[in-house]
Amino acid sequence: MSGPAATAAAAAAGDGRDRALAALVGGVPFIAFLGIRFDRRGDELTALLPFAERLIGNPSLPALHGGVTAAFLEVTAIVELAWAQIRDEIEAGGPGPAAAGGRPPRLSRTIDFTVDYLRPGLPREAYARARVNRSGRRYASVHVEAWQDSRARLFAQATGHFLVPARDG
Amino acid sequence: MEEAGRAAAVGAFMDRLPYARALAMAVEALGGGEATIAMPWNAALVGDPATGVIHGGAVSALMDTAGGAAAMTMPGTLGTATLDLRIDYMRPAAPGATIRARATCYHVTRHVAFVRAVASDGDDAHPVATAAGAFTIERAP
Repeated sequence: MSGPAATAAAAAAGDGRDRALAALVGGVPFIAFLGIRFDRRGDELTALLPFAERLIGNPSLPALHGGVTAAFLEVTAIVELAWAQIRDEIEAGGPGPAAAGGRPPRLSRTIDFTVDYLRPGLPREAYARARVNRSGRRYASVHVEAWQDSRARLFAQATGHFLVPARDG
Repeated sequence: MEEAGRAAAVGAFMDRLPYARALAMAVEALGGGEATIAMPWNAALVGDPATGVIHGGAVSALMDTAGGAAAMTMPGTLGTATLDLRIDYMRPAAPGATIRARATCYHVTRHVAFVRAVASDGDDAHPVATAAGAFTIERAP
């Protein structure tokens, strides 16, 4: 396949991936509560957390609440795990769960999650990316990093372990 | 007397945190290096729509707030920030149930409070989650 056909196929795959991602993220009330969005470039996801007053912890600094930072990192990890599953299915030639009218994959359950707070979260937009370091049949280990002005100056990072649901479960 | 005054001041401070208010957290007990904070179930906090279980991230906020509040009760503490926090999720919280976290400073140095916390949805024998963390202790120079 080459030329226009390849382009059309790539566009269709892109649409399928965007639909699948929207279905995944849109189904979780807590993601909407925090206002987290996901930006897809190719197969890479970046989570975005727009600033809102209600996300403040200490109003005298002001800084993002540590619980907001932890939740942002955990949401990013869980969505990355589900996204990796969707991506693999689409790349394997399947239509993807959303394109097929199916349900998005069941979400992984957090076993444990450890957050390092490196700097205060400033009252502005934050970004995060997750890396799945190990994903087996049942357990996954994911590392997440969050930053604001500069990717080189992380304000928080986390590592978590997750229980991955069976795909047909 | 001084202890009661400190607890009241910390309680008033906790009640003003915007994110704690957004999650409707309520301070139930405070003092002597301990804090108990309750968070009611709320449909907006659901993490898994298939089950109605609250997202771990909301439980994290409760644990973090309780840990910070416990650190703030230590005499001479002007402020605190979380250095790190590890949460173990033992089981899903019952949908509809209030979650209550109790945090204890089990060791405090001049600059650091070491905190443990347990979260329960009413069945104290089977916690929903436990946490361990380090919090800064900010003092007057």
